[in-house]
Amino acid sequence: MDIHSKLNLPNYRQQSAEVTAALDQLKKQPVALEIANLTKEFPSDAGPRRVLNDVSFKVYQREFLSIIGPSGCGKSTLIRLLACLEESTDGLILLNKYPVRETGADRGMVFQKYTLFPWLTVKKNVMFGLEVSGRGKFDAEIEARQWLDIVGLEEYADLYPAQLSGGMQQRVAIARALANKPQVLLMDEPFGALDAQTRAKMQAYLLQIWEKIDITIIFITHDLDEAVYLSDRILVLKANPGEVQELVEVPVPRSRTPEQFLSPEFLATKFHLEELIHPGHIRSADDFKVVKMVGEKDK
Amino acid sequence: MENNSKWIRFGRLLPQKRRRGLTTASFLLPLLLWAAISYIPGIWHPEVRIADPGDSIYFAQGDIVEKGTFKLENENLRAEGARFMTGRRVNPVYFPAPHQVARALYAAFAAPPRRDGDPWFYESVLHSVRVVFWGFFLSSVLGVPLGILCGVFDFFAKLIEPFVEFFRYFPAPVFGALAVAILGINDAPKVAIIFIGTFFQQVLVMANTTRQVDFNLVEAAQTLGARPMTLLFKVVIPASLPKLYLDMRILLGWAWTYLIVAEVVGTTTGISWFINQQAKYRAFDNVYAAILVLGFIGLGTDMILAAVGRSLFAWERGERGFFSTLTKSRKPNTPES
Repeated sequence: MDIHSKLNLPNYRQQSAEVTAALDQLKKQPVALEIANLTKEFPSDAGPRRVLNDVSFKVYQREFLSIIGPSGCGKSTLIRLLACLEESTDGLILLNKYPVRETGADRGMVFQKYTLFPWLTVKKNVMFGLEVSGRGKFDAEIEARQWLDIVGLEEYADLYPAQLSGGMQQRVAIARALANKPQVLLMDEPFGALDAQTRAKMQAYLLQIWEKIDITIIFITHDLDEAVYLSDRILVLKANPGEVQELVEVPVPRSRTPEQFLSPEFLATKFHLEELIHPGHIRSADDFKVVKMVGEKDK
Repeated sequence: MENNSKWIRFGRLLPQKRRRGLTTASFLLPLLLWAAISYIPGIWHPEVRIADPGDSIYFAQGDIVEKGTFKLENENLRAEGARFMTGRRVNPVYFPAPHQVARALYAAFAAPPRRDGDPWFYESVLHSVRVVFWGFFLSSVLGVPLGILCGVFDFFAKLIEPFVEFFRYFPAPVFGALAVAILGINDAPKVAIIFIGTFFQQVLVMANTTRQVDFNLVEAAQTLGARPMTLLFKVVIPASLPKLYLDMRILLGWAWTYLIVAEVVGTTTGISWFINQQAKYRAFDNVYAAILVLGFIGLGTDMILAAVGRSLFAWERGERGFFSTLTKSRKPNTPES
């Protein structure tokens, strides 16, 4: 008897009618971002090293797509390519059908490292992108305050980043990226540096914000719970070179709550992802839980 | 419980009170040493000031002689049955006591120059300050932007830095003669020496500091739509400003060290002129007074600049600086979490 049936988990492909309808609805949306045959090589002493190989996928408008994969699968490189912080060796990135070649305000990004400008107050950090795009100071300030209100930090508007905790800084970073009204929000392990409790809070915040506003999110993580909890679909990459392994549709209905972490469809999805990323890792029913704990300690 | 009684603690800050005490001691100890050598007779005092020359035909009252010579002369006088010399042990004239230097320091400012038409002491000091200021100012006007450009754009780095790297190994004083030939004997060649001494270091130091900017901040700004000029003026420069400022303080110190060399180029002026003049009169207390003034100006300037810097870059410590409290009255309340 294999472990999957021992755990008594359903097939992750089994979706309730509600979830199927929601995913069908999503796929009827226009394509926000299309990635076609994206390839990236880095030069090395032993010739070019291929980090990403022929990666293609589509992201629909208002989709929440996570990208996961073992270390070395090039997920960070992929998101940096999308932001044009790196140049691709081959392939195309189409944003609303137009190819992108340069960094731009249409693809906002939140990084794992704290990247608030330390010499600017929280409010002025959020105003940065608005002012760069030529918005007047007055307008920019009003908008910045609205965004700070959305992430719940309005009263900290005049503090400097060094006065905020890590979680608060990331919330400001999210407000700063969203204030620019990007078409896609790229998030590169944004909660990776936070402690487990803060991370859980931030996930809830992010879902709230995502539900409130019209935004497409591409989210990189190595935390499987996080990926399942947040996403509509999960792109699983495999390593050496990074290639698309599977695009998993999450069968967990919205709106999501932390209680769903233990629902059968949640666990089934997580089990499947674990098997994809670390094949053969789960050898007994107990391992599954152990794996989760080890995975959490890793961060 | 922490052991607070230890003075020597690896990598730990001492309590504020002790730190202040040590800072005071770092000035007080050399002063005490100086005072001890000056006022306690047994420590050094290798010479004798003659109070009464006795029957000696070689020495007169007020002469300062080496103590061996004094002894020898007195033995000769005794052998001849003549009257001894008497005198008091003193330090050499080039080692004046603290009170003498203090008096000289006051007198230097208060007393008119020995010769009519010579500059007052304060005029000499101002002259020196002016030369340093212009040399450092001109160097900065060119060197800071050039250094930042080199730090940001590889084009400028590769075009400019190799030659600058080569040029900075020429000691600035070797250009003294050239500077006089080209710029005349007044202040221009002096300013040029300070410029040469500062500029080439400045370009390299500024470039290196600019290069150390946290690149994540640049990338974040790029994803917010910033283009190269915005990145330069709104991200790279503000991000590196605290360190650039610190570099400038250190470079200003270097400019000061070139001052004395610069001032003897062409006609000697400023504090160097005063020092040379006083050394000729063997008024070494005045020489020390002038040297101390140089030190006070240097340390004073740096302390003021440091305080200004702490206030300008208070955001590094998550504080509001004096200058931003001027424009914003609202006090921030620090959050708990």
